[in-house]
This record gives sequence, C-alpha cells and structure tokens, in this order.
Amino acid sequence: MKNLALLLALALPLTEQRPFDVPYERIRDADKEPGNWLTYSGSYNGQRYSLLDQINTSNAHRLRVAWVHQVHETDTVETSPVAVDGILYITEPPDKVMALDARTGRSYWTYRRELPKDLRLCCGRVNRGVAVLGDAVYYASLDAYLIALDARTGRLRWQTRIADYKVGHSSTGAPLAVKDKIITGVAGGEFGIRGFLDAYDAKTGRRVWRFYTIPAKGEPGNETWAGDSWKTGSAPTWVTGAYEPETNTVYWGTGNPGPDWNGDVRQGDNLYSDTMLALDADTGQKRWHFQYTPHDEHDWDSAQTPSLVDTVVGGQPRKLIVLANRNGFYYALDRTTGGFLAGQPYVKQTWASGLDEAGRPTRLPNTAPSVEGTLVWPSLSGGSNWYSSTYSPKTNLYYVNVKEMSAYYHQGDAEYKAGTLFNGGGQRENPNEEPYGAVRALDVGSGTLRWEYRLQVPSHAGLMSTAGGLVFGSNGSSFFALDAEKGGLLWRFETGGGIVANPITYMAEGKQYVLIAAGHALFVFSGDSSGL
Amino acid sequence: MRLLPLLLFCFAVWAGESKEKTKLPSRRSDLERGEKLYQGHCALCHGTRGDGGRGPSLLRRRLTRASDDAALVKVIEEGINGTEMPGASQMSPREHRQVAAYVRSLSRVPATPVPGDPKRGEQLYLGKGECAGCHAINGKGGTLGPELSDVGDRRSSAYLRASITDPEADVPRSFLQVRVVAKSGRTITGERLNEDSFSIQLRDYSGNLHSFLKQDLAEIHRDRGKSPMPSYKDKFTGTELDDLIAYLVSLREAK
Repeated sequence: MKNLALLLALALPLTEQRPFDVPYERIRDADKEPGNWLTYSGSYNGQRYSLLDQINTSNAHRLRVAWVHQVHETDTVETSPVAVDGILYITEPPDKVMALDARTGRSYWTYRRELPKDLRLCCGRVNRGVAVLGDAVYYASLDAYLIALDARTGRLRWQTRIADYKVGHSSTGAPLAVKDKIITGVAGGEFGIRGFLDAYDAKTGRRVWRFYTIPAKGEPGNETWAGDSWKTGSAPTWVTGAYEPETNTVYWGTGNPGPDWNGDVRQGDNLYSDTMLALDADTGQKRWHFQYTPHDEHDWDSAQTPSLVDTVVGGQPRKLIVLANRNGFYYALDRTTGGFLAGQPYVKQTWASGLDEAGRPTRLPNTAPSVEGTLVWPSLSGGSNWYSSTYSPKTNLYYVNVKEMSAYYHQGDAEYKAGTLFNGGGQRENPNEEPYGAVRALDVGSGTLRWEYRLQVPSHAGLMSTAGGLVFGSNGSSFFALDAEKGGLLWRFETGGGIVANPITYMAEGKQYVLIAAGHALFVFSGDSSGL
Repeated sequence: MRLLPLLLFCFAVWAGESKEKTKLPSRRSDLERGEKLYQGHCALCHGTRGDGGRGPSLLRRRLTRASDDAALVKVIEEGINGTEMPGASQMSPREHRQVAAYVRSLSRVPATPVPGDPKRGEQLYLGKGECAGCHAINGKGGTLGPELSDVGDRRSSAYLRASITDPEADVPRSFLQVRVVAKSGRTITGERLNEDSFSIQLRDYSGNLHSFLKQDLAEIHRDRGKSPMPSYKDKFTGTELDDLIAYLVSLREAK
C-alpha cells in the first residue's frame, strides 16, 4: 500500500496544486513564501522587493526567455500579475482577467467583461492587475465595478458598482486585499469627480466604508477649496496603496486636484489632493495626512505606491514612508505621525525654492500655467509617475526610474460639464530640450543620490529589486537588470514593444522567473539550460 | 416607412448639433483669446503673424487640410497624423473653436505673393542645383534628404528660402546627424535612424546602414542642428532662387 501511494503521487501531474486558498495571513506573511507574488507590490509594504536570489549578480547575464504570452488587444498592457502556487493572475486590457500556468504560460481560464462603449477615460483603456484573497480574484473594471471571480474557474461571484462611469469615474488600479476586505480606489482626476477610497466586504461585495478624499462642507479641510470647487475637485486614488498590519493602517496616495491646470477656480490648498493618507483599515477613519503639493497646478498626482521602510536614520531607528513624488521631490515621512523628516529634489525642478521644515514646498513666482505657456521642470509626467519605485533592505537604497524633462504648461478653460474632460489646460513639449531618463539609487533616509544608470530617453515603467542584488527595470522597449550596489548593467533584452508596466518575480517548480509586460505581450525570463 | 420621419428628425437634430458644434465664434473677446492661444501653441511653427515657418502659411482662404471650419477645428484638436502637426488635446472644445476663428481671420490678411517662375525653378532643381541627387519628388530622386513631394503644403516660402541659403538655420528635430567613433578607431557619420540606451542605428551619407552596440563605441557625437546640405546662397542668383522657391511652393499633395 505504501508503494501504491508513492506510485499514485508520482502519477500526479507535476503542476498539481494544493487547494487554492490565500487567507489574509499568507499575504501578511508574504516574506515567508517569496516564491509567490501575492499582492500588487509583492508584499503589503509597497517595496516591490523579492527575497528570491536564485537569479543574482553572478548569473543574471544568462537569463533567457522562458515563454511569451501574447495579448490580442491593441491597448497598452500595464498589468502587474499576482503569482500563487504556480498560477499567474493577470489582466488584459481593456476587459479581461486570465489565469495562466506560471511555468508554461498556457491559460487555465479567461473572464471577459462587456464594457460600455462610452467610457470616460483620460489615458487609455488600461488596467494594472488584480488582488487575491481566500479562493477569489478581485478586479476593478474600467466602468468602475468591483468584481469577484472564483479563482479556480474565473466565474463571476459578485459585482458591485463603485461609482457611475458616465460622470467620469473609472477603475484602472489593482485592488488591495486586507483582512476580510477589498480596498479599491478610483480614477477620474481629469473629469472633476469627487475622489474617494472604498473598502468592500470580500465575501458579499457590500461596501464597508468610503473615505472621500475631498472633505464635504462643514468637515475639516473643506475650507481649502474656494466656493463649491470641492464638488468637482478630483483627488482620485488610482494606484494601489500599501498596508501596515501592525497598526492596521492603509497608506494610500491621492491624485491631482481638478481642473488640473487652472487653479484659479479652486483657490486654496485643495485638501486632500496630492496627499498621502493614513487610514484605519477597519473603518476608513483618517489617522493623518501629508499633502505634498498644496494647490497643485501641474497635474502632479501623488498617487504612486509608497514604500514602508524600517531603517536607521542618523543613528535612530525610524519607521518611514517614502516616495519619489511626481513633483520632483523625494520625501521621507514618519509613518506613525505623518511628520516630515527629510526631502530634496531627485530630478531637476524649477517650481519651488525648496521644502520648509514641515515639508511644504516654497513656490517660486511665475511658475503657474499661463495661456501663452510657462516653462517648468519637471513635465506633467513628473520626475517619476505611477509606476513602481523599489526599496531594497539589502542595500538600504530606494530606486526610482526618473524623467529629466520639462514642459510648457498652459492654462485653459475650466468649465465643468459632467462626464466631460475638466482639464483647464495642458502641456506642450519643450522643443529645445533633449529629455533623458535614469535609474537613480537614493539614500532612503535623505534622498541623496548614491548612483545613477543613465538612460537614453525617459522611461514610463517600474522597477523591482531582489535579494539577488539586482534591480530590474525598463527603458523604451528594453528590459534590463542592474547591479543594486553599484548600478552597472548586468543583462538586457530587447522586447520589441514599449514597456509601461512593473516587473514581478516568482518561483515555479523550483525555478525563479522574472516577468514584464511589454508591447502587447508578457515576457517571462528564467535561467538557461546550464542550471541557473 | 414609419421610421423615415424619425430618421429625418434625427438627422435634422444631428446636423443642427454638428453645425452648432463647429460654428466659429465671432466676438472680439473670442478672437483675442484665440490669438493668445495661437501665440502660445501654434506660432512656433506657423509664425507669429500666421505667415508660416516650419509649418505652412495660414494667410490663405483655403487651407489644404482644412477645407471647412469643421475640418479646421478637427485638425487643431487632433493634429495631422504622419506630420509634425500635433493635436491640442489640452484645449477645451471652445478653445479649439476660438483658435480656429483666429486662424480663419488670418485668411483675410493678404499673403505675400511668391515671386518667380515654377517652370524655370523645376529646371534649376533638376539641373544646376542637382537637388534630385539627394531629394525625391513623387518617387524620383535620392534618399539622403527629406522628400519634397508635398513640401509646398508643409513649409512656407520664407522657410524654404532659409533652408536653401542657410540649411542649418532650422534643422527639423526628426533629423539628427551623428558621428560615431568605434573603439577600433573607425568613424562613421550619418543620419541617426534609431537609438536606445544600448545601441544606435544610422545611415551614412552613401546610403549604407550601420548598427553599433554602444559598448563597442569610444565616442558618439550628436550634431544637433547640423545638416549635410550645403548652402546654395552663392550658387544661385536672386532670380534663380525665386524660381526654385516658386517651384517648391507649387509642390502640393495630389488630390
């Protein structure tokens, strides 16, 4: 009988999985199973750092394509997959969720959602990924629905309308699963929505709490909006945030105030636009906030994923929340209080003389958009953007894919009409400039530059660091690995398609893989046959 | 048949809406706003007075790519695919119409006539100037310089004159002359066709294609603003120059 059991075990397919179950505790303790990538940033701390080191500085040059998954759609692929026990959960723009075998790229199932034709989108029919919790996959759709799918079949379990797409709401970011809730933001910063962050019951889809990112009349902060401008002030929440289990705090960044480039109609600081919010994960109650760009007039969203970092600064142990902001400044905050600790420019910027003791920028005159155009660094794409930066505890460095680029900012009409663009201007490129990019390694406590790897053009793609001493990143259509200590190039691959996505890494059958979406495909790399 | 009245009604409503949508404003304040927007967004290429530059002159009643007001608004909003004309998506629909109204007002400004004889200009182009050695018109000619089949639609006469007498006065950003020096010491000069962080592709001035990994290069010189075209200032007389420009201005996209 013993032999029979052994024979039966051997007869099972190699990819036989344990029953699919990702309870909250697995995501909380993601570091204990680095072979999986259980949430948008790999773990709750937003570091996009992997403990895997099978691929490392000594063998990265031997990386080869393991498989390619073609996306038969023309929209930009921005997905950052989740990897669970040999299965990848991805989104394909504009309307699909798929489960793929992580070793071969072959699909298990596809869910397709029929979308209305009259979506209100500023920036393409894109999606950045899913969340998993228990035995379900969660996806937020372009028509602003939160959708729960059975992780084994892709069948719909429930769908809940987050908001009305016809007035400019949409969802593009990956939800965040926290305990028994699914937290999801909303896009629509160019349509004059009133932004919010929502939490839904993972089992039923019932909304548990909503935090409006613009306070209503009578609430503290509403006085930072002139007149009724708060009603159309935007402050969306379109990129996935971070979570700290020890304090049960969700950290989530907010986007630009609306209209983007015409601040005349919304005098004041415009809270909580361009702000880091610390919220109680159970109730959505605000613990603190820090506004990076009061009264933003350049569309410098602060929505990108922050990194939660425990480190020693100036001999003192610190609990930091750090971010290379689109406005050109790097910020290190105390994440227990939201207090400003340090900050400095990490790219060229010409709009502020610096940050004061509280971290508030001191704005320079004549830098606001004008009808004729005002030349300002950085451009509206920012010093960095929504794509991932990464922090490596191994090097204690924060890595960011920067853009050295300016723009002429124009102020235009700002007339609100529900469901139509509410920009109030825009930008025009500076014809006398040769913009460039770089991967920069910053001291995490101060933002001081440690090294840079210069790139021909600015990137619009994320980074990931690993315990193998690597930083993976992209530029144009190239995907590459740098030495995390010194910044030297170790490996590169020409994918042939523009990369607008974040990398992930995972293990399947004892082998480490690295994945990036490029062009209209997913490229997955592993070691060659020599045994990497 | 019961549908016909409904369809006619719908068409009437649609036509009315469409007309309303593209009706250009005529108030003085709209034209002033349109001019301000024009100076910020358009004048760099089309000239501060609309007399052209890198882009064509707008001082004419019939614009090649904008036969009516609706088409003009669309060009301002979306740009022209495959050309250097970008769309102004950052403007609101009302601002598109204000700019269009200002552009239309320019057509009432008399354009400076282009002197010269295009027929004689064509002979100079093919003969004394040897222009066809580098430039192609309707598929005939060299590949080194930009194609000129519709250059009269794209460039003003003043811009063409400057390009011929002082080719480096304004070299389009899409053209970049590079000189690369390989670690072996070999030097190649040509037009950059492509470049990323790791490699560069170019065509030398004999038409040969080259690709280099940057790790194999000792130097890369990007001669922004440089042109391989010589100045024809002293080669042509004033009258010949007028004739040549008249010929180039006459080159328009076939309809």
